[in-house]
Amino acid sequence: MATVQRPPAQRDPIYDGSRIPKPIPTVLEVDPAVRESGDVLTVNFGPNHPSTHGVLRLEIDLSGEIVVGINAKIGYVHTGFEKNMEQKSWWKGITYAPRIDYLAYQANELVFVLAIEKLLGLDIPPKATWMRMLLSELNRIHSHLVWLGTAALELGAISMFWYTFREREALLDLFELVAGYRMHTRYFQTGGLAEDIPRGFYPECRKYVEWLPKAIDDYDALLAKNEIWEERTRNLGLLNRADAVALGQTGPVLRASGVAWDLRRDDPYLFYDRVDFTVPVLPHGDTYDRYRVRIEEMRQAGHIVAQCLNRLERMDGEPWIVDDRKVVLPPREELQTSMESLIHHFKIVTEGYRVPEGEVYVAVESPRGELGCYLVSDGGPRPWRVKFRAPGFAALEATATVVQNTYIADLIAIVGSLDTVMGEVDR
Amino acid sequence: MPGLVSETEAFGETTLVVDPARLVDACSHLRDELGFEMLIDVTPTDYLGWTAPGVSGYIGTPQGRNLNRPMTQGLQSLPAPKPKRFSVSYHLLALRSGAPRVRVQIWVDDGEPVPSVIELWPSADWFEREAWDMMGIPIEGHPNLQRLLMDEDWEGHPLRKDYPLGGEPVRFSGGE
Repeated sequence: MATVQRPPAQRDPIYDGSRIPKPIPTVLEVDPAVRESGDVLTVNFGPNHPSTHGVLRLEIDLSGEIVVGINAKIGYVHTGFEKNMEQKSWWKGITYAPRIDYLAYQANELVFVLAIEKLLGLDIPPKATWMRMLLSELNRIHSHLVWLGTAALELGAISMFWYTFREREALLDLFELVAGYRMHTRYFQTGGLAEDIPRGFYPECRKYVEWLPKAIDDYDALLAKNEIWEERTRNLGLLNRADAVALGQTGPVLRASGVAWDLRRDDPYLFYDRVDFTVPVLPHGDTYDRYRVRIEEMRQAGHIVAQCLNRLERMDGEPWIVDDRKVVLPPREELQTSMESLIHHFKIVTEGYRVPEGEVYVAVESPRGELGCYLVSDGGPRPWRVKFRAPGFAALEATATVVQNTYIADLIAIVGSLDTVMGEVDR
Repeated sequence: MPGLVSETEAFGETTLVVDPARLVDACSHLRDELGFEMLIDVTPTDYLGWTAPGVSGYIGTPQGRNLNRPMTQGLQSLPAPKPKRFSVSYHLLALRSGAPRVRVQIWVDDGEPVPSVIELWPSADWFEREAWDMMGIPIEGHPNLQRLLMDEDWEGHPLRKDYPLGGEPVRFSGGE
């Protein structure tokens, strides 16, 4: 079998010194000597291209088949989430948050709700916290499944796409069982959960996490030792440790570059300090390692879900939302009998609850990395400023660093391995 | 720390307000001496109309609850005034145990330039372009200060408080 010829830079990964382009870190300019040769072709890749996972436009300069210049352009799905959320009351804003990212919606929901709760100083019932953790981890599996399926599809492994979407479908059914929606569940409410956990969820979820490791073994059997997959991912899309930190990378991209950093372990929120899991870290910083990190994270997420289930199954009858009538809607049945409850209900729905003045920044480990939410409150019923720190936004800043001197065919796999969702990048 | 104006603790978070002119000095001190090696986020905020009653549904008074206004729940009072119109917050993170974070904040008026920190953290590139695009903060020393999310020929900066929601003309409607 003929071996594929790599451009020289790829055979010897550059690990000493920074590969971040100068002076503009996100734009790789064509070397004047290469430009002089008159052989440079500029190609517009996107914004409407199936492999860009949304509408990302890459301006690529090609010398032959090798990418010698790249400039990523974003903003094609900018919908003004942050501006809109300033006009809505706090609790209506929760509906917006999950729609920023169609794969990791519960992470977005969670970070916004946690930030409001930090301003309010609310203590959340343990049952709600365990359930939030459980759903965040299921959502991590969901996001990684879609990533894995599409990333493999881009390299021609079509069957992977069907397998991962089979597992994803089962997951969406679980979300529907809990929240009534398959996506954008809006199940997290300020103070806890929007509703009690339905009967029948635990056994279904248990079935799923028992099935999941077998499914992941199947994926591994299809890809991990697959020669084509290895050929197209190993030593490609290189990002070394120092560059990853300088470019603000987080999540699987950072961990695949040899930095052992996971907010769930290093800055625990929810009850992550009470469960047992490992953080996969791999040293090479290539597309293959990013794939390995995500596969391992799915296994660990399933492990965490099982531990959350163990706790939750013993918590029947416990409150799922905090009992603070200034913030939380009163139970439906009270509205018939209690004037006080009716007034509270009316006030929260029409005017919204008020959140004390201040500014907070809350970060969670979303499937893509550090998802942050910066909130400013003036003490009123609407946020003064909402800002989402999207991990995909930072990940795309690394494009010019990771695609240097690769073939255009590999470009798709490399940009895909950064795992960006354009909705969250453009907001 | 160079250029430090004030240090406040609120909600368990540290905010360091620094002099805009000495921002780069302060940041390089934080990065090199104190180990805040990652720039997580740059967020500008517009405080236009911050203390004006009624802007965000305000019905309180500077003293707090007004018994003559039955809608007040007791939480409301006018917020504390801010020194200037815009704040720019730089969220820094140190990758060590405990995950220490710090918020470096500067205050500027409309059109007042802010020095770029791109030399310290390359990740500032898009964050600063977004600050210019969305809020109109002129970043000084940025090598490629163009609009990021909006079109190149867009007028105005959408996240400013005086930029109307739904105020832009809608194409392809009416007499077309």
